Amino acid sequence: MKAKVTVTLRSGILDTQGKAVEHALHSLGFTGVHGVRIGKHIEIEMDAETGEAAKAALDEMCKKLLANPVMENYEVRLDEKGK
Amino acid sequence: MNRQMITPPKKLKFGVVVFPGSNCDRDTMHVASLLTGASVRSVWHKETSLGDVEAVILPGGFSYGDYLRCGAIARFSPVMKAVAEFASKGGTVIGICNGFQILVESHLLPGALLPNVSRKFICKNIRVRVDRADIRPTKAMAPGTVLKLPIAHHDGNYFADEVTIKRLEKNRQVVMRYCDENGKVTPEANPNGSLGNIAGICNEHGNVFGLMPHPERCAEPILGNTDGLKIFESLLI
Repeated sequence: MKAKVTVTLRSGILDTQGKAVEHALHSLGFTGVHGVRIGKHIEIEMDAETGEAAKAALDEMCKKLLANPVMENYEVRLDEKGK
Repeated sequence: MNRQMITPPKKLKFGVVVFPGSNCDRDTMHVASLLTGASVRSVWHKETSLGDVEAVILPGGFSYGDYLRCGAIARFSPVMKAVAEFASKGGTVIGICNGFQILVESHLLPGALLPNVSRKFICKNIRVRVDRADIRPTKAMAPGTVLKLPIAHHDGNYFADEVTIKRLEKNRQVVMRYCDENGKVTPEANPNGSLGNIAGICNEHGNVFGLMPHPERCAEPILGNTDGLKIFESLLI
């Protein structure tokens, strides 16, 4: 199975990287751009009996390591056919 | 330096944990070794026991290349189980810079260290005011003491949710705050955006202490600043 995990800063936390990119976009002429937030995209290939088992494991991975709940949210997408 | 200059009243065995990517471990061990009566050993991150160590320091550096998040991977080094157990029994644990980041990732201290608001790596001398001078690493100082210490970090912006910040303040867990030369805590004196100008905190019991500045980099007269030594000396009281 393949999984895609997106980790983003929790709303309300200043995303300094996002701000810098937003400024750069403005200077390129994309003046209508706002609210740029940068996160992490993690791809994982894994063996699991069922989609549910995989999701449970991914949830644990996120809580333990991939995201820090103090400052980040995470979202997991699972492709059970592995494509 | 003249080792006779410092005459602590008791002996202490320091353990300095070395992770892959630690780079302040030698400096920290050097300073600890200058203290008369103190002995120090390095503890490789794969060790599962701290042995007879009486105070543990997690040094600065870039453990695991700061991959994923600063301190996020070091947290799972085998030695961290022993460190957590040591801390739960009241053992003194100090995390400096990356060591502080590892302590928050390990949940031995609350909160998180976000990238500096300036988006820059900051390497300079700053001032901190010691607000809590009754824990082991600060008790050689009077409350309100202003220290000049160097910082060198990209992610030192202390963050915690409102409830946690309130709890920290109520329990007097804020040990140090960034301040000006007169000890005044101002937004201008805040180098990285930390909430409440927080530069260092301790756990509820006061035995686990994390700070972003580097006391081990200013603990000898030849370096022009010995303010950092006060933290090491405090441990020997």
